[in-house]
Amino acid sequence: MKAFADLFQTLDETSKTTLKINALAHYFKHADDKDRIWTIALFSGRRPKRAVTTAQLRAWAAERSGIEPWLFEECYPIVGDLAETISLVLPDASETSQASLTDWLKALAALASEPEEARKTFVLDAWDCLDGTERFLFNKLITGGFRVGVSQKLMTRALAAASGKDEAELAHRLMGDWTPLTTSYHALIEADDPASARSRPYPFYLASGLEGAAHDLGPVVDWHAEWKWDGIRGQVILRAGEVFVWSRGEELVSERFPEFNRLLDVLPEGTVLDGEILGWQDARPMPFAALQKRIGRKSVPTKLLREIPVVIYAYDLLEWRGEDIRAQPFEQRRAALVRALADLPETAPVHLSPEIKASDWNALAKSRSTARENSAEGLMLKRRTSPYLAGRKRGDWWKWKLDPLTIDAVMIYAQSGHGRRANLFTDYTFAVWSGNDLVPFTKAYSGLSDAEFGQITAWVRKNTLQRFGPVRAVAPEHVFEIAFEGIQASTRHKSGVALRFPRMLRWRRDKPVQEANTLDDLKEMLNLYG
Amino acid sequence: MPRYNRHMAHEPLITFTDRGMYCARAQVYMDPWKPVARALITHGHADHAREGHAHYMCTKSAAPIMRHRLGSIDLQEVEYGEKIVINGVEISFHPAGHVIGSAQIRLAYKGEVWVISGDYKVEHDGIGEPFEPVRCTHFVTECTFGLPIFKWAPQARVAAQINDWWRINANAGVHSIIGAYSLGKAQRILSLLEPGIGPILTHGAIEASNAVLRGQGITLPQTTLITPDFDHTSQNGAMVLAPPAALGSKWAAKFGAHSSGFASGWMRLRGVRRRRALERGFVMSDHADWEGLLHAIALTNAENIYVTHGYTDIFARHLKSAGYNAAIVETAFDGEDTALESKAI
Ligand SMILES: [Zn+2]
Ligand SMILES: [Zn+2]
Repeated sequence: MKAFADLFQTLDETSKTTLKINALAHYFKHADDKDRIWTIALFSGRRPKRAVTTAQLRAWAAERSGIEPWLFEECYPIVGDLAETISLVLPDASETSQASLTDWLKALAALASEPEEARKTFVLDAWDCLDGTERFLFNKLITGGFRVGVSQKLMTRALAAASGKDEAELAHRLMGDWTPLTTSYHALIEADDPASARSRPYPFYLASGLEGAAHDLGPVVDWHAEWKWDGIRGQVILRAGEVFVWSRGEELVSERFPEFNRLLDVLPEGTVLDGEILGWQDARPMPFAALQKRIGRKSVPTKLLREIPVVIYAYDLLEWRGEDIRAQPFEQRRAALVRALADLPETAPVHLSPEIKASDWNALAKSRSTARENSAEGLMLKRRTSPYLAGRKRGDWWKWKLDPLTIDAVMIYAQSGHGRRANLFTDYTFAVWSGNDLVPFTKAYSGLSDAEFGQITAWVRKNTLQRFGPVRAVAPEHVFEIAFEGIQASTRHKSGVALRFPRMLRWRRDKPVQEANTLDDLKEMLNLYG
Repeated sequence: MPRYNRHMAHEPLITFTDRGMYCARAQVYMDPWKPVARALITHGHADHAREGHAHYMCTKSAAPIMRHRLGSIDLQEVEYGEKIVINGVEISFHPAGHVIGSAQIRLAYKGEVWVISGDYKVEHDGIGEPFEPVRCTHFVTECTFGLPIFKWAPQARVAAQINDWWRINANAGVHSIIGAYSLGKAQRILSLLEPGIGPILTHGAIEASNAVLRGQGITLPQTTLITPDFDHTSQNGAMVLAPPAALGSKWAAKFGAHSSGFASGWMRLRGVRRRRALERGFVMSDHADWEGLLHAIALTNAENIYVTHGYTDIFARHLKSAGYNAAIVETAFDGEDTALESKAI
């Protein structure tokens, strides 16, 4: 496993994407043939089945380390990672191992059918012949949660560099239900495969945030306005009897959204749509939280498909009947899109993202202010004459987002962060006034600078009123402006509200605690926007 | 008439006050954090040696740094092991192995013996005075790294890692910038570098400490101070010693392409390493690791252990389960390792 551990170490020690790709490409050119295909499997989410439970691992690790189980459990949240905690508490290895990554993965695959005693012996022996990074990686493999900062996208770029193949084509090759046992590096990566070329998406055109005033953009009639949806930007490609779905990260996500296969029944081949993938219910978008349940899963259980059906809210047409029409003005592409989607059955998983018409900028600003009620984040403005460009090009496409909602709140609990923030108090609970009481209503973790987190950490240490395990009640002295994107009624929270994307906008050192907002203020927001 | 428990009839020799640890009989405070008349100081780090006391006492080898940091103070210097008696209380300083001049302070009166450890480590670093266990009945210990996940490799192994890293960078013609606390860690690393690999450059904050230590007769490899008019391309492949906050700063960017590393006990945690976007983390601390703490505590023979400075609740719970009378003491120590993320240059 040495070669794989060295690769991991190099990837872990740099934050520079180019260095990561170089290291991966070097590995894919030179590593053992079997190890290469297993590595691709790991980095594309094809993880070995978990052969032991994490409860067993924790118990065995505490036992082997000679520490009490509670002490192990205290260490775990401070480290923030189970595989790492185990590798840190164990005594140094007394032997070394020459086994390769492939050897270990095969042994792990065979482990599932062994009795518990044999599994325990296997794990303890492994711990005793692996040290440092190798031991950490072994634990990652055995716990099944192999996420180590290498995305499939990054790996695909490295494979492109190593093999000379096109990146989009490789992304397609990596799809499907292959396993390291059913294919080889050569067959998967190097051999010819014409089907892959058909999946290729167009580079996304990205809008920029509007900084100045909208009326400075010129006559309103030059602009097409539509809602800015809060979903996943996606491209849906229909070619040669197949449907390919690409996310904005240029990740191929077809398998996660099987409903789009039905588009083949209603749209011609040679169609490429640009739009927003959204959860859809009762003829309107579902909150992003619903869609999130779909994103994380490679294969979607039927129940989830039924509960959270998705559609693409189409706002642009890039290819029509096999012809690339990106150079046409937006207005023309939009007209073609309207025609293409006219008369589709209501059940088709595609809808036209409606145009927001307005006679002047003031009227448009008024529409924008109702974005929240329309499940949108604001407006998109697109110049009617604009071609579909590649990447982020300023001038023709603008995001005109709503300002976040804000409230001034008092910090009442602090907790140290996980993993990389283990030695800082970064997770806070905030409260608003209800009479003379402070009622907690949200937690927030981000938005402050490292220097500010450092200062608050020092302050928390000296101003702890009470400890509840890892949580510290602190003196109610500091006011923070909390920004959030939405508010909903909640029965799970004492305050009766739940916020979307809460974060600290700034530390209001100028504000005395008495001047923080009240629960009534929050409830009023709920009435307006909930 | 209040009923006295015989045990409670006399106050303990040391009490914990809002100014710091206090011996009422001798009228001395140990590492106080608010101004007092008489302060006994374990070592010269800023969270232990504060400004504003009327009278200070520390070891002879800690004195130069104290004067450098605090200016002209009324300072009494003592030798390690020298006995000073104040109102019957026997006071002495014993090596803590933390940084040069650092001490554990022993206070004894009628069989009650307290040792205030300050910060300490048990492995000899070859530059400071090696840690000496002191028997006592009450031991006040830090526990910055009081969890079993913290284990230090022998110093020689970490030294080899640092030199290997430097050699590879030097061969590639890029600078190695290593972050280390200005007093203690920086000089420890300096003494471990192989000067044959290349030149050694220092940030002003570190060079100031170097000058003080050289002035008291400690030998350190030759270093070049980086001044504002320094030509950053003149010594490619050099090792650069800088305070932690200088890593990733404009000051570091002037060296062009470089590799950055940081030497601290926190580098044991992958999350901390990654948070600072460091290429290399070297696990090296001037505090004791888990085994070191437990070993040091056992050697004191004390039954009463007071823990401060770190993962106090977890560490105290463990000590209790191991049969000690352990209690947590809240202090205002917020030192070079606890304040890792907020320390300014
Ligand atoms: Zn210190
Ligand atoms: Zn300290």
